[in-house]
Amino acid sequence: MFGIKADWSLDIQERYFTLDDYEGNEARWCSGCGDHAVLATAHRILRDAQLPPEKSVFVSGIGCSSRMPHYMATYGLHGIHGRALPLACGVKSRRPDLDVWVATGDGDCYSIGAGHWIHAVRYNMDMTVLIFDNQIYGLTKKQTSPTSPIELKTNTHPEGASLDAMNPNTVTLGITNASFVAQVVDWNPPLLHETLKAAHAHKGASFVRIIQRCPVFVDSITKELQEDASRLRLLTHENGIPVAKGVEKLFPDSVEHDPSDMAGALRIARDETEKGIIPVGLLYQNQNIPCYSDLSGQGVETTDEEKIAATNAALDVFAI
Amino acid sequence: MQPQTKQEHIVEIVSDSGEGAQKCGQTFGTISAKMGNGVWTVEIIPAEIQPPARTPSGASGIRIRLGSKEITNVGNEGDLVVAFNEQVLYSRIANGAYKEGTVVLLDNRWESDRSTEIQQMYKKAVAEFRDHGLVVHELPIHEACLKVVKDPRKGKNMFVLGMLCRIYNRDKEMGRNEIALTFAGKAEKIITSNQKLFDAGYQFAAEQLGEYFFEIPTREDRSDSPMVVTNGNTAVGLGVMASGMELVSMYPITPATSASHYLADVFPAAGGFVHQAEDEIAAIAFAIGASYAGKTACTITSGPGMALKTENIALAVMAEVPLVIVNVQRGGPSTGLPTKIEQGDLLSALYGEPGDAPKIILAAATIAECCSMVVLARKLAESFRTPVIVLTDANLATGVQPWERPELSRDMLAPPLDQSEWNSDIPAYDWDEKTGLSQRPIPGMPNGEYVLTGLSHTKQSKVSYESAENQYSATMRSRKLATLQSTLTPPNIHGDESGDMLVVGWGSTFGAIEEAVDNLRTTGEKISSIHLRFLSPLEPGLTEIFSQFKKVITIEVNYSDDINAPMITTENRRYAQLAMVLRVQTLADVDCWSAVYGHPLQPEMIGNVLQERLNQLNKKTGE
Repeated sequence: MFGIKADWSLDIQERYFTLDDYEGNEARWCSGCGDHAVLATAHRILRDAQLPPEKSVFVSGIGCSSRMPHYMATYGLHGIHGRALPLACGVKSRRPDLDVWVATGDGDCYSIGAGHWIHAVRYNMDMTVLIFDNQIYGLTKKQTSPTSPIELKTNTHPEGASLDAMNPNTVTLGITNASFVAQVVDWNPPLLHETLKAAHAHKGASFVRIIQRCPVFVDSITKELQEDASRLRLLTHENGIPVAKGVEKLFPDSVEHDPSDMAGALRIARDETEKGIIPVGLLYQNQNIPCYSDLSGQGVETTDEEKIAATNAALDVFAI
Repeated sequence: MQPQTKQEHIVEIVSDSGEGAQKCGQTFGTISAKMGNGVWTVEIIPAEIQPPARTPSGASGIRIRLGSKEITNVGNEGDLVVAFNEQVLYSRIANGAYKEGTVVLLDNRWESDRSTEIQQMYKKAVAEFRDHGLVVHELPIHEACLKVVKDPRKGKNMFVLGMLCRIYNRDKEMGRNEIALTFAGKAEKIITSNQKLFDAGYQFAAEQLGEYFFEIPTREDRSDSPMVVTNGNTAVGLGVMASGMELVSMYPITPATSASHYLADVFPAAGGFVHQAEDEIAAIAFAIGASYAGKTACTITSGPGMALKTENIALAVMAEVPLVIVNVQRGGPSTGLPTKIEQGDLLSALYGEPGDAPKIILAAATIAECCSMVVLARKLAESFRTPVIVLTDANLATGVQPWERPELSRDMLAPPLDQSEWNSDIPAYDWDEKTGLSQRPIPGMPNGEYVLTGLSHTKQSKVSYESAENQYSATMRSRKLATLQSTLTPPNIHGDESGDMLVVGWGSTFGAIEEAVDNLRTTGEKISSIHLRFLSPLEPGLTEIFSQFKKVITIEVNYSDDINAPMITTENRRYAQLAMVLRVQTLADVDCWSAVYGHPLQPEMIGNVLQERLNQLNKKTGE
């Protein structure tokens, strides 16, 4: 911000951004909804990074989570159901200068958009993907989602969900080019902040599954976890998500896990399905995976003269 | 001996898949174009990559129509055919490709095949072809190739090219050079071997087929402007480059994919990128993302891909995202006829989305327009802040024709990315009430921040459930089409401005319709035609033009009910697609004739239909 240079001139940054500069319309999520916490965290991360609001684009699909762009004062693209990822990849494809975020949910990403999820992991374009996983369809009013626990009573399964819940982390980890896979809960603000900050700083597609409260439809699922943290397993490591001592104390179960260890990450992720132990922290990170956005963005600096010359050369081949 | 002068000839080469008939024909077409003939070629493509050999359904090949004036369509029946086996000719005969007197140059290797079954099939077929009126010459083509190469399956096509170059008195050196160009980058050995086959074929035709020696005079109407020879899909690719677009996002689909193949090769030199997406939906979503971010992009597909893209097209309409969508139409519905032509997607392009989704729709009528319309489409998309659909079809996609080389200029290109400060007093959709037009903020512009949404929204792009807001924004989006129409001029009338009958066409039928109309006019019929390039909005002045004719009829390659068929009445008759649109828009009693044979309409076929309707009309009016 302010500083005195060696030549004694005052160095004043032309624009300084406060939280207000990132806050869009007033959020209209239900009270007690975990989305509010994610939104506030995103505002803070952009403010801390002092990114000009016009340089960030929040892209979303359809669902409660996908309203997020409206509550940001950045650019936003509120798309259609399931297609947030290909829309976001398109934004990034020829605009490597833009800071791209994706807000999607368990229905939007893991169900109707599942094909794009797999390929977005492969593309590994530089963007931050937030999956708001409340384990239920909220906006359409309480239908079973892919991550709904078995036997959960919903409007589409009044006798209880008939299938075991999908494990999104084992899927993401299993896709070639996975480069950043983390999981966090919405009700631990310091951990949420550190996790999203690390995801935002990572070059590549960072997939963060945020286990999140929906007090209106499935309060019971997260309430249990909030009241008894023993089902959560905190992942600690010097290369993982930084955890303050006070925060660490909240987790009775914590384990040191090196985020470069894929086999360990898969084992820990599988425990969620097999033992009901939910990992929190950085499961996997690899900073050496190529970003497709580096490839798709090639040639953005091409001049008009070069374009015309290349097209003329192409025409020459067919000249008679 | 002097060659016999012909004003035009239609040549076919038919073989099993993989024998190189198309390469032979394309090279022959290019040589002919370079020598100053009018040329149109169309490929005959089976749906499978390796269909069973020696079967009618596996017929793979090419038709080349060459003449002493501009050639705009495939023409009627063939004059001369080279066939690598007899079975593939059956499907061409069934398609009405030949007439009494068509000369067939047939490889006779099957007569002495090891299999007696094949020997018998061959003899039976030759007898049947002769009964059908074809002039069959059984020639030792395979045997002659064996004298030059060990495996004539590779290279027989260049032997045939040599034969054709002798028969049509082509410049032999030009032929040899063209082979060098065709195989450029391959080993010298391969080029020499193919040139030897070419020479052998040339000599073979001179010795064995001396009576077939033709001269097609050079085009007199040839312009002095530089020309290029390409098919329609390559022209689409060239249009993408000439328009300054930076991104094509696609998913493989016949018959559109070769446009993207071509671009994958040449686009990077112009700074562009071809993205092969995981599916059709992602392909358009990716393009919308790029366009939203200020880089107007293109997606290239065919009918089934369009069906998958509808929800995203609606998003682009609703949120006013510039976008170019090329639909290389094929036979439908469902998987339909993937390699064959149809003009079946006009109504789905117009009305495929839920709700009201006004958009611009253009149709290319020629191969040159496959290029120029993409350039136009990018400009319109940007100026009118809307998706633009360019309809081409399988006939244009694979048809090859010489066309005037476009003179490239800066104003064809997309303007540089604007990142200047946005005036924060101007909302994201600052609709001009009269025209519906507005400027768009681009991400990166300070003070332009807005959230693009597919939900009903206000000027400020705020989600709105207010009924008045929804009515207003729908009006603004629709008004843009009326605004565009006000800038257009009425279509050119081919023929007189009044008369008995007006034929209306769109797309690749252009050349065939005009040829049919010209033929009828020389017999004294009072018939004219117009060909529409703008289908949404329609070109202006149609009501006035129609009123000058006793009857208006569309000729289209899509399905419609025949009014004389059982059960069909004027109340339940399903009209051809353009006819339906014209009837609604002009309230004129527009008739139609259309068919879905999967092949391009021949001028003679159109001529016969129109003659019949003219006779009915004259009987009715008592003339």
